[in-house]
Amino acid sequence: MTTTPSSPRTAMFQRTSFTRRKEHAEFAAKMIFLLMTLLMVIPLVLIVGYLVVQAWPILSLDFLLEVPKRGMRAGGIWSPLLGTIYLVVLSLVIATPIGVLAAVFLNEYSRESWFTRVVNMAVVNLAGVPSIVHALFGLGAFVLFAHIGKSILAASLTLAIMTMPVIIASTKEALASVPMAFREACWNVGATRWQTVRHVVLPNSISGILTGVILQVSRAAGETAPIMFTGAVFFKAIEEGRIFAYGLFDQCMALSMHLFTISTQVPDVPHALPYGTAVVLLGTVLLVNSLAIILRIYLRSRKKW
Amino acid sequence: MQHRRRTEVITEVAIEWLIRLCGISAIVFVFGIFYFVFREGSSYFFHGFNIKEFLTSIEWFPSSESHVRYGALALIAGTASVTLLAMLIAVPFGIGAAIFISEFCNQKMKEFLKITIELLAAIPSVVWGFIGLTVMNPLIIKLTGAPIGLNVLNGGIILALMSVPIIVSIGEDALKAVPDSYREAGLALGVTRWQLIYRVLLPAAKNGLLAAVLLGVGRAVGETMAVLMATGHAVKIPTSALDSVRTLTATIAAELGEAPVNSEHYQVLFIIGILLFLLTMTVNLAADLIVRGIRSR
Repeated sequence: MTTTPSSPRTAMFQRTSFTRRKEHAEFAAKMIFLLMTLLMVIPLVLIVGYLVVQAWPILSLDFLLEVPKRGMRAGGIWSPLLGTIYLVVLSLVIATPIGVLAAVFLNEYSRESWFTRVVNMAVVNLAGVPSIVHALFGLGAFVLFAHIGKSILAASLTLAIMTMPVIIASTKEALASVPMAFREACWNVGATRWQTVRHVVLPNSISGILTGVILQVSRAAGETAPIMFTGAVFFKAIEEGRIFAYGLFDQCMALSMHLFTISTQVPDVPHALPYGTAVVLLGTVLLVNSLAIILRIYLRSRKKW
Repeated sequence: MQHRRRTEVITEVAIEWLIRLCGISAIVFVFGIFYFVFREGSSYFFHGFNIKEFLTSIEWFPSSESHVRYGALALIAGTASVTLLAMLIAVPFGIGAAIFISEFCNQKMKEFLKITIELLAAIPSVVWGFIGLTVMNPLIIKLTGAPIGLNVLNGGIILALMSVPIIVSIGEDALKAVPDSYREAGLALGVTRWQLIYRVLLPAAKNGLLAAVLLGVGRAVGETMAVLMATGHAVKIPTSALDSVRTLTATIAAELGEAPVNSEHYQVLFIIGILLFLLTMTVNLAADLIVRGIRSR
């Protein structure tokens, strides 16, 4: 591009004003699109950076391990952190088997028909239901109809249903990437459909499934609306340092809910406290997501077929 | 030939049924969501609920002593205004970024940008709301001189950032689905990249891009925590981007805790939930049909 029209290489093709204009337009387009893309990358960096800087004075191990004190104006975030872990683990335990088996059904057991199309549409739909509607559903179905009451169990069930499409989608993708020849070989030695799935298809797609599970964890950890009315509370006193502080039918605190509470509902919260909570929540989610990304890149690099 | 043992056969059949059961679970859940949300609001919906007032009145006085009104028009306008502003920002930027990633990038850069966008999509909505509250709010007050920074502008920008990742990833898929022979034919005629994009790729991928936009709309309409924290709490039809509004989702989140179970107010909130459910379902199904249509072609 920098060669002048008189240089020997381009001597035959003189650059007319027409081509020059074309090149300018091309360059301008490229720059504009680059700028648009950068305007999305920059917020991520700025947001994370700003939050970390603001939260820096408070971030320490004590912050993680102390319970909130003085009406959530002091202390740490142990109780919400623990609550989030409970909710995530329980919703994971509920959502993973159902989600994986649903994907197995869609990919291994069903033929292309109107019925599978309906199932696929339902999955798409489930993924698109607003989180607050999931909250209403959880309240109506689990808390009131099933008489579970506002509890960790009800909140986890709600979260599980909400995050299931994530697991279904990535498991389906993982199953679809196992070559058909693997299955045919297995059937030819007399294995049944389930044996094929159990011993050949699932082991070969386990890492893809794992990616989905990790993404589910990140999604479940960050959600606020679905747990707001089904099991998460503003404040609950628990003993410091105890790991089994919540029971299945207890209500609990959660990180996302805690951030909402101390940034909007409680007056006179010290400046760094909500920032610290936000950084822990954001850090956890981004870390978990990075794990999924690394796993995926690693997988792609060692795929043998 | 050796016969299979009876237990083996039974397990096989049982597992197959279990898998079928899980397979239809998604359908069960979608209907379950509709059923249970509607169930909570149904008794008022069939007895005394004034759907005309609900859709056309701007008077939302759910806890008034003497003048109880459930007009959701202002809330609908709130959702519409924030979504509209978010799309005005997110669509050009999202599609621009999709074009850049799909057409102008080398492999390494592409990988990097896609990861960044994935991480952007992973930020929890409550953190977005917190950013709206603590970063955008003072910034808007400073730049525009508005008395309060929690308004349509704030919510719109936050929602734009939240829905841009889905627009980029679906939009990029749509551009990728355009056959390379189209590009080669264009380049052979001596067009520049920009002409190629403008004249060939965008028309060829327009359905996929439409689907991307629809999914972005679905995301923005359904978003709760971010708009709850960033748009202020004024139930009124906004006249400018600097007015505070309240969306449908935020109303449910803000008022459900205070409405006594099975009161009219409580049931109206569930009816709003049904409205949201139907709204996002329509948008998402439309997007899905468009995408499927492209794939089968």
